[in-house]
Amino acid sequence: MTAADTVRPAEALTASELAAVRADFPLLGRTVRGGKPLVYLDSAATSQKPNVVLEAEVEFYEQRNAAVHRGAHQLAEEATEAFESARAAVASFVGADDGEIVWTPGATAAINLVAYAFSNATAGRGGAAAERFRLEPGDEIVVTEAEHHANLVPWQELCARTGAVLRWFGVGDDGRVDLSDVDSVIGDRTRIVAFGHVSNVTGAVGPVAELVAAARRVGAYTVLDACQSVPHLPVDLPALGVDFAAFSAHKMLGPTGVGVLYARRELLEAMPPVTTGGSMVEVVTMEATTYAPPPQRFEAGTQMVAQAVGMGVAAQWLDELGMARVARHEQELAAELLRITEIPGVRVIGPTDTRDRLAVVSFVVDGVHAHDVSQVLDDRGIAVRVGHHCAQPLHRRFGVAATARASASVYTTVDEITAFREALTGVRAFFGAE
Amino acid sequence: MSGSLEQMYQQVILDHAKHPHGRGLVEPAAGHLAGESHQVNPTCGDEVTLRVDVRTDDVGPAVVSGVSWEGQGCSISQASVSVMTELVTGREIADVRQLDATFHALMASRGKGLDDDAALDALGDGEAFTGVSQYPARIKCALLGWAALKDSLARSGALADPTGGTDD
Repeated sequence: MTAADTVRPAEALTASELAAVRADFPLLGRTVRGGKPLVYLDSAATSQKPNVVLEAEVEFYEQRNAAVHRGAHQLAEEATEAFESARAAVASFVGADDGEIVWTPGATAAINLVAYAFSNATAGRGGAAAERFRLEPGDEIVVTEAEHHANLVPWQELCARTGAVLRWFGVGDDGRVDLSDVDSVIGDRTRIVAFGHVSNVTGAVGPVAELVAAARRVGAYTVLDACQSVPHLPVDLPALGVDFAAFSAHKMLGPTGVGVLYARRELLEAMPPVTTGGSMVEVVTMEATTYAPPPQRFEAGTQMVAQAVGMGVAAQWLDELGMARVARHEQELAAELLRITEIPGVRVIGPTDTRDRLAVVSFVVDGVHAHDVSQVLDDRGIAVRVGHHCAQPLHRRFGVAATARASASVYTTVDEITAFREALTGVRAFFGAE
Repeated sequence: MSGSLEQMYQQVILDHAKHPHGRGLVEPAAGHLAGESHQVNPTCGDEVTLRVDVRTDDVGPAVVSGVSWEGQGCSISQASVSVMTELVTGREIADVRQLDATFHALMASRGKGLDDDAALDALGDGEAFTGVSQYPARIKCALLGWAALKDSLARSGALADPTGGTDD
């Protein structure tokens, strides 16, 4: 490989490659609302699933289904092997080691796991090793105004349980996190800085490097909500330098019901357990219990094995296509989506240029409520999300109760976005808003 | 636009949404029962604050003498509050309960409407919401104002009034 190869941008998907990708997703072939082809622009809410993921779940149930990490029979061995291979695939997908990946029911559960680990440490659990996670009244947890509720409410609750104080960065008119007051927001009392990698509303890529550097200066832990980045960009979590990260399978072509907490190994080693019960213990007596090493310490009860296997396959599917190429394709889609700013009366909430932003575009239409916008689009077979997208503070910041949101994924085509823009063009006339 | 979309956004709904009745909160009349309710649709952020004014006297049954409201939301929710305001103003509490039950039945009809023509006629412009009942996600929009009315009547004490019929 020459130096030129390493800097050459990834190649765009060819038309035939994109057609092959789409053919892999059975749901994309269906019609809606009386025979109209589906134009699915709601992948930021949940993505569709390729055949290999669906087949992996079926194959697991048909051939390997057994409880993992117990039993010495062949099926138990094969199920455990499938479960742990999936962990390795997901770990490798984000540049992590197997031991740094904890299965959770989703990203929300992963963030809550971190919050409750701090809580339990504060209550004295976890012994000396967990002292580093203890919070004192007056300690500070920092978030941003752009967060999804899943990366906000758990921290509000942690503050309420511990006496810590929640602080946050605001968002500028361009929809980007405003770090102009970084040195006054992140300070000596800051213990945790939690932020999204990519906003699920504005599509803006967050200032990860700056926040990680600021947190490190004061010895605070960083928690990254990577739900909207991992399915769309090459992401190397250790390289980003975050302490914790969460993402879900269902937004990255995988099944629902499974997600991941990534944490640096030494942190997982020191964290007290959160959900307790079977499968996460070493020795249990009537008086006391000792706990398994991570990641099992955080995986109590029977796990979502088939879904985990599906997530591993989804990661491999994306890996084979190449995340750099996925990102390149979606960059083109982002530019196409942003052309809605050419439509009179349409206003985008978030950056209107393609720099450091992904193909997630929220917008309002003057004089027409978002719900009504989406209904007209739905009538053309076009699926967009409507509402506050679990980010009420961000919507309040922009003075709107609801927006419509169009979001793309690897299988989205330029033609679909053209159809979306055409349908959107007629919305104001339909409601007499012109 | 397809037929079902036109069915949903009938002109009467679009007209009510553009020129809603009863918008702007009004102080209740002296001596009347009054109740206020704030309702939110958490999925889309639509909200309405509705105030009801109930005239009670010794001679006849309690009557909804005034409905006023403030709110923001989609055309379905705004039009529905407007239609409801027109429909229930000046009506006895028992009639309002009946209208509420009829409108809920219409919303549960999955676009089929109601067999009971007389009940449907009683809904006036409310009949135009038949098309909305085809869309499960939008039914809550149409019911937002009705939820606020029911709650504000309960808060006014009018439902406990023996002339207002039995409270459920």
